[in-house]
Amino acid sequence: MSVDSVAAGASGKEAVRRPASKRRWRDSDLWWSFTRSKLTVVSAVVTAVIVVSALLAPVIAPYDPTDLSSLSLLDAMIPPAWEADGSWSHPFGTDDQGRDMLSAILYGARISLVVGAASVVLAMLLGVALGLVAGYFGGWLDTVIMRLADVQLSFPAILIALLIDGVAKTALPRDLQSSAAIAVVIGAIALSYWVHFARTVRGSTLVERGKEYVQAAYVTGVHPLAIMLRHVLPNVLGPVLVIATINLAQAILTEATLSFLGLGVPATQPSLGTLIRIGNNFLFSGEWWIAMFPGATLALLALAVNLLGDWLRDALNPKLR
Amino acid sequence: MIAFVIRRLVQSVFVMLAVAFVAFALFNYVGDPINNIVGQDTSLEDRERLRQELGLNDPFPVQFARFVGNAVRGEFGMSYQHARPVSHVILERLPATLELSFVAAALALLIGVPMGIYTGLHRHSALSQVFLTVSLIGVSLPTFLIGILLILIFAVLLGWLPSFGRGTTIAFGWWTTGLLTKEGIRALILPAVTLCLFQMTLIMRLVRAEMLEVLRTDYIKFARARGLPDRIVNFGHALKNTLVPVITITGLQLGSVIAFAVVTETVFSWPGVGLMFIQAVTAVDIPVMAAYLVLVAFFFVVINLVVDLLYYIVDPRLRIERAGAAHVG
Repeated sequence: MSVDSVAAGASGKEAVRRPASKRRWRDSDLWWSFTRSKLTVVSAVVTAVIVVSALLAPVIAPYDPTDLSSLSLLDAMIPPAWEADGSWSHPFGTDDQGRDMLSAILYGARISLVVGAASVVLAMLLGVALGLVAGYFGGWLDTVIMRLADVQLSFPAILIALLIDGVAKTALPRDLQSSAAIAVVIGAIALSYWVHFARTVRGSTLVERGKEYVQAAYVTGVHPLAIMLRHVLPNVLGPVLVIATINLAQAILTEATLSFLGLGVPATQPSLGTLIRIGNNFLFSGEWWIAMFPGATLALLALAVNLLGDWLRDALNPKLR
Repeated sequence: MIAFVIRRLVQSVFVMLAVAFVAFALFNYVGDPINNIVGQDTSLEDRERLRQELGLNDPFPVQFARFVGNAVRGEFGMSYQHARPVSHVILERLPATLELSFVAAALALLIGVPMGIYTGLHRHSALSQVFLTVSLIGVSLPTFLIGILLILIFAVLLGWLPSFGRGTTIAFGWWTTGLLTKEGIRALILPAVTLCLFQMTLIMRLVRAEMLEVLRTDYIKFARARGLPDRIVNFGHALKNTLVPVITITGLQLGSVIAFAVVTETVFSWPGVGLMFIQAVTAVDIPVMAAYLVLVAFFFVVINLVVDLLYYIVDPRLRIERAGAAHVG
């Protein structure tokens, strides 16, 4: 509660000098550079459409792909609507079990997005915490954490996720494997992406630590934990958001890759990667749509989020890379 | 210099020990190793005797030391899945992965560098915009999707190229190569292109960025002012100075080529160690998993070490900086 009251007090005092927040937003460099770039606006719209329709999947999907009783083998392998044998009751066709592809993609995108977002958030929490600790305390803690980061950075993230995921899958007792599969994937991706957060936060924490407001807080006897969370953290969060956006696209692709390899989310809750994996089996018999529509959705989503991340990086901090 | 080498070596050894520890833990604590070896009707006394013989009752450091000792000699026990020594399975499959990785890396370099030079020199030409757009798509498309697309186009629709396996291979001792037969090369094309695409876009963007950077410098302006022909300025002066980071990144990328080979091999049923790992995870073949873990870590440690040392040798500035830093520190 004290944080809130402090923040409210501060903004109340400054309200005289500062314009209303809406105008401030519209006058900002960020909004200006956003509307200036058509590509960014388009990718924002594409991302928004995919995210919203994925989140609303249970409402807008024409069928429920998890409801096995609604499936009929008579509907199996219907091609997309514009092909000769297609019908508009299944616009993107059906798979080998008569599952409507459009619905499967909507539900699949939901899982992909949730897993991607959850693993980025987890990576962010882990990375920010370790980065703060390393930067604030320094000493052997700093050395250990940053050495670990260095070592991990020399391996590609996808490989680390793959190895962690594979090892965890094997180490878990068999009855837990499918129920914990999603958690394992999220953990594996998070553990392979925390390094970027930790390094950036550590760097900015080192800078902030030397500033007077931190010293003032220290002298007045504020607990180190409180200094880190209340004073340093808000000042190091800017670049973290940029990394989070860029990593979101990477995390979604990593999840898709793991699922495609059969190490990701279980087939009972198919993500886009799982759908592509299933569709891959039918590529040779001519049923291209089972793999290609989930694939196109995934590519579109990753491309749009990537472009957004690139824009955010340039707009917020041209010197990040 | 020597201190630097020693520090890097020590670091590498620690990484290897850490990875070996994970592999060892996997080996010993996932399930009961005895259960994995004997059948259900083995008596408790026999199990205990086997446990004693295999040294599973020894203290932890002794067991770990024995594991590391065996790993150094390349012994990881028997594969549950193949019922053969793991080292044989790996040696049989390693050539496929190495061949694929090196061909992909070479392709990425041979195509990526010229594309990067072109887009760096002709920033605003239409072709550059095409290259950059394609590269953006190349970065956003996951490797497995590119593979599936290529299979769909070149194997299913056009029927030009095979989509799985290595084709015909020729054996030289334990090394098998597909590079000497027509079928082998045809089978290599799609996987190699799939694998190289990501690295190629990366190299292209890197060369382009470096070229743009170098072309702005004073010595390039001066070279132009002297009236040197474009060809000499661009290739003799500019390109030469962009190559150090390109060599480094390409070297480091060789590691991620091996990593992404896992995905490519799965898509194309390429009989390499990556596919072996995926199959081992599915079949809970722990000795194979442990061996792959150690092998990949070893590749990475060696690649990183070599690249670090190369960088040190190639770039004289680094030597001076390091020496300066060492004196201060």
